[in-house]
Amino acid sequence: MAHVAHKLSIFRGLVTFKSNQQKIWGVLIFLSIVTIIEVVLGIIKPESLMSSFLHMKIINWIFIILTIVKAYYIAWDFMHLRDEKSGLTGSIVLPLVILIPYLAFILLVEGNYIYDVMFEGFVSWNF
Amino acid sequence: MSTTTVPTSTEDNVWSGGNKPLNSSYGKMMMWFFIVSDALTFSGFLVAYGFSRFKNIDSWPIADEVFTHFPFLHGVDAPMYYVALMTFILIFSSVTMVIAVDAGHHMKKTKVAVYMLLTILGGAVFVGSQAWEWKNFINGEYGAVETKGGQILQFLDAETGKRVALEDFAATIPGDRVQHESKNGLWFYEEAELPSFTVQEVVTGFVNHENLVVKTEQIDESGHKIVLSREESLQKINQTQYVVEGANLIRNEYGNRLFADFFFFITGFHGFHVLSGVIINCIIFFNVLIGTYERRGNYEMVEKVGLYWHFVDLVWVFVFTFFYLV
Repeated sequence: MAHVAHKLSIFRGLVTFKSNQQKIWGVLIFLSIVTIIEVVLGIIKPESLMSSFLHMKIINWIFIILTIVKAYYIAWDFMHLRDEKSGLTGSIVLPLVILIPYLAFILLVEGNYIYDVMFEGFVSWNF
Repeated sequence: MSTTTVPTSTEDNVWSGGNKPLNSSYGKMMMWFFIVSDALTFSGFLVAYGFSRFKNIDSWPIADEVFTHFPFLHGVDAPMYYVALMTFILIFSSVTMVIAVDAGHHMKKTKVAVYMLLTILGGAVFVGSQAWEWKNFINGEYGAVETKGGQILQFLDAETGKRVALEDFAATIPGDRVQHESKNGLWFYEEAELPSFTVQEVVTGFVNHENLVVKTEQIDESGHKIVLSREESLQKINQTQYVVEGANLIRNEYGNRLFADFFFFITGFHGFHVLSGVIINCIIFFNVLIGTYERRGNYEMVEKVGLYWHFVDLVWVFVFTFFYLV
């Protein structure tokens, strides 16, 4: 176990660290910055980001994208998927990347449809 | 069973079981299997939350109005800060875990132990924070009423626009209504805890206080809850059927019933993961102390629980986004 080779570059080789421990701190700083951006956006909620894009507010798209970015760095550097064989990485990530968006897509579309039915139906739900 | 020894030459043969598939040991592979299936479980929960939210898109509670507490700051409206703090605690304990794993690769026993201990502390603080969050959520702050149609009505001061607690305006009407307990009845069933005020007390109090208006569950185009005028409020308050204080699995003062159910279920399931993570980390920590892995010659066990611990962190990143941000 003592001979594990770590890949020490993140951001596609833009930043390269000297040791694995340094890389961990670097990733921590990056994750913290992303979290701070999320929290600041969540508190001030800029008016310009409140318009709708593909059925959802732009700010919510930003939140989801930033979350996936964070998830990527947690999985790749903390769970060291970066150092694993590509076969292992693929068999872990691909099922999730395929199944989760699929499930989210069908259920959210269905939820939206049920909303429409209840909204346009002749029954009042707020009495 | 044959007693012949297995020739060592098969160690190098891919199909004889000697080497590790994908360069990862059996235990690590199984941990990844578990993580993938658990990730699908969590995504099932979160997607179900999304489904219910899309179904009630124009009346779902707004997180910033629900989670407003911060320790030692009473009455201060502090949305987001507390969960942001919890997020940092969990990310930080993830970092100490990675450092412990890294120290394990270099066979530094003391360093592994120290960082495992820090990880355990971080996890314990996180679970404690979550308990505090639950306490606030369950107790509630202002109280609300539920109409016949199952809609939650909250109360605002029309001049300041601030929420008003039930106890600040409810009338006092003497009555003999006491909580029914199983020991008093003919049948051994009891009723749920009675709210502090009866429906009549709240309605009378509302009518007597001219400055109060009703805030509905409905959301307008700009994303704010619709506040009724005084006349509309008086009409609406007559449909009151229950007084709701805090939250339970049936109704909650924040809005849609499903909101509290999903909150309890998803954050509870995640909190349970953190708790079991802390316990597993403790076991590994003591094993490090007594030198189990030193004798074994590798610290791979630390790496395996590390994977689980990071996974818990990973899930929290998503729970944080979908419960508190979006």
